[in-house]
Amino acid sequence: MSDLNHEELAIHVEGLRTQFGPVVVHDDLDLKVRKGEVLGVVGGSGTGKSVLLRTIIGLNKAAAGKITVLGQVAGEGGGEAERALRRRWGVLFQDGALFSSLTVRENIEAPMREHTELSNDLRCSAAELKIALSGLPPDAADKYPSELSGGMRKRAGLARSLALDPDILFLDEPTAGLDPIGAANFDLLILELQRALGLTVVMITHDLDSLHAICERVAVLINKKTQIDTIPNLMKIDHPWIQEYFGGPRGRAAVASAERANAVSVGVNE
Amino acid sequence: MTPGEATIASATDRAESIMSEFRLDANGTGHVIGDWTTVPLGAVERSAQKARKSSPLKALDLSGLTRLDTNGALALLRLAEQAGADGLIPLQNPKPEHARLLEVVIKAHGKDKPLPEGGSAIGRVLARLGETTINQAREALELLSFVGAVTLTILGLLIRPWRMRWKPLISQIEATGLNALPIVGLLNFLIGIVIAYQAANQLSKFGAQLLTVDSVGVGVLRELAVLITAIIIAGRSGSAFTAQIGSMQVNQEIDAMRAIGLNPLEVLCAPRIMALMISLPLLVFYAGVMGILGGAVAAMFALDITMTQFAKQLQVAVSIDHFWVGIVKAPVMAMVIATIGCFQGLKVSSNAESVGRRTTQSVVQGVFFVIAIDAVFSIFFLIIGV
Repeated sequence: MSDLNHEELAIHVEGLRTQFGPVVVHDDLDLKVRKGEVLGVVGGSGTGKSVLLRTIIGLNKAAAGKITVLGQVAGEGGGEAERALRRRWGVLFQDGALFSSLTVRENIEAPMREHTELSNDLRCSAAELKIALSGLPPDAADKYPSELSGGMRKRAGLARSLALDPDILFLDEPTAGLDPIGAANFDLLILELQRALGLTVVMITHDLDSLHAICERVAVLINKKTQIDTIPNLMKIDHPWIQEYFGGPRGRAAVASAERANAVSVGVNE
Repeated sequence: MTPGEATIASATDRAESIMSEFRLDANGTGHVIGDWTTVPLGAVERSAQKARKSSPLKALDLSGLTRLDTNGALALLRLAEQAGADGLIPLQNPKPEHARLLEVVIKAHGKDKPLPEGGSAIGRVLARLGETTINQAREALELLSFVGAVTLTILGLLIRPWRMRWKPLISQIEATGLNALPIVGLLNFLIGIVIAYQAANQLSKFGAQLLTVDSVGVGVLRELAVLITAIIIAGRSGSAFTAQIGSMQVNQEIDAMRAIGLNPLEVLCAPRIMALMISLPLLVFYAGVMGILGGAVAAMFALDITMTQFAKQLQVAVSIDHFWVGIVKAPVMAMVIATIGCFQGLKVSSNAESVGRRTTQSVVQGVFFVIAIDAVFSIFFLIIGV
């Protein structure tokens, strides 16, 4: 891979292998995320979507392979470079993972305190800005996570992941557990922020509406590897799981089963 | 800072160095140069604020800006807001992408609210004092009503023993009693040695070495065995009760119990309190034995009193009353330690810090009440003349 390509790629995973004991989760997996795109990651339960995300952000150690994020290879460059890289991504965990003993404002200020030297009142109003950007009411600032509803906790988690104005945003099932209207609003919010701030977004999701609404390309985890493409192109692939997933039980179920019947023996190709 | 003088701040980030700068010229135009992004923002924002305060700022020129993020945009807006008497001072020559970002931030950013004034220092201290007093009083009242509820629950279980949960009761007796044997035994053995040496030292001045046996016997049986054991148990089991019930509270397990129709007092608190009321007296008995054994060993080495002599003297000097005076306190202390432990556990609110705070309180209050109860008993026994 030439350096020119690295310039255009936010994340480049090559030949990744992760395993827990004898269980191999990913084997020789490749993933390229372009700068400024919204990439959805889908796959059945247990295919290692969250593991992939955790491996990219360094919470899991890969057994083999090379992960390059924003031009920096994971594990190279030492502690200070790793710390600098951590400033450039934000992560929204599934249930927000807010620090329960801090208020929402303090949660958002936490990464700013650690990584910047902003003056107190600038930091305070930056936290309020993030609260407003994530669509929370201003009075949420001084509440504790336990006083918020599930949807508000997700928004607060999003606000915290935006605290340092990251280049890359990792979202782990951002709309899971939200009502359909709340989920749709959350999708719009992410899209709006992504456009305004020029973010690269990597989003694990099971929400087909989210995928159609905001993802430019989708990475499907199958057989310990990924297939990345736009949804219409993915639907041309003759893999039963992909067909069933995007075809869905409703609407396209008949089409999907007919296609499956026509081409059972054709292998997966791009 | 005079107009025209450059104000420069820069910070390094990543591999390449980032330059960010604010320069105020003689016309009152502030030139915003370089990267105004979160990481180098702290230093350059401070110097820009300093420049603004020292000479008037009439406009901001954004033509030299290379990179901007929301925090940088916010800093610029605040600068423009604070410099303008009413409304923003003009932001000149922004690049299109910066203009778009500024739009987003302007939309989301409310007016800067002045920080709430906290009032005078004395007022704050008084307010804090009042709040603490009220909270303490309220909590004392709640504890009292909890004691009542628990007592009723336990009485109810005694009347209907088939409702009793035997498995948790037995396992709690194991956890609070059996598993505490090594530490309780060791500490009381050491205390016995300490008392014996001190007594031998003082009493030998009067040639009354043999009275060492009396002081060890009476001291250990009446006071030390029960006091030391109760304090260890308050630290060991009281804290465990609070942490167990507290983390269940955080997990909403207690809510789930209530929803299913299980009474947490009956399921969680009663077995723990009853278990401790059974195991603490047993522990105190064992502690008394170990304490006297420690005294006997010390007497053997320090005063050449043989074990047989020690036992004979003990029988003569120490009446059985002293043993009863000690052991009768144990169930009372056990009840108080366990009740406080359970109460604090149920008071945990749903965050991680509160588990720690409540556990600390449980131990502190437990130890306090152990000593206070001991004092009350001493006065009581003095009055009835035991």
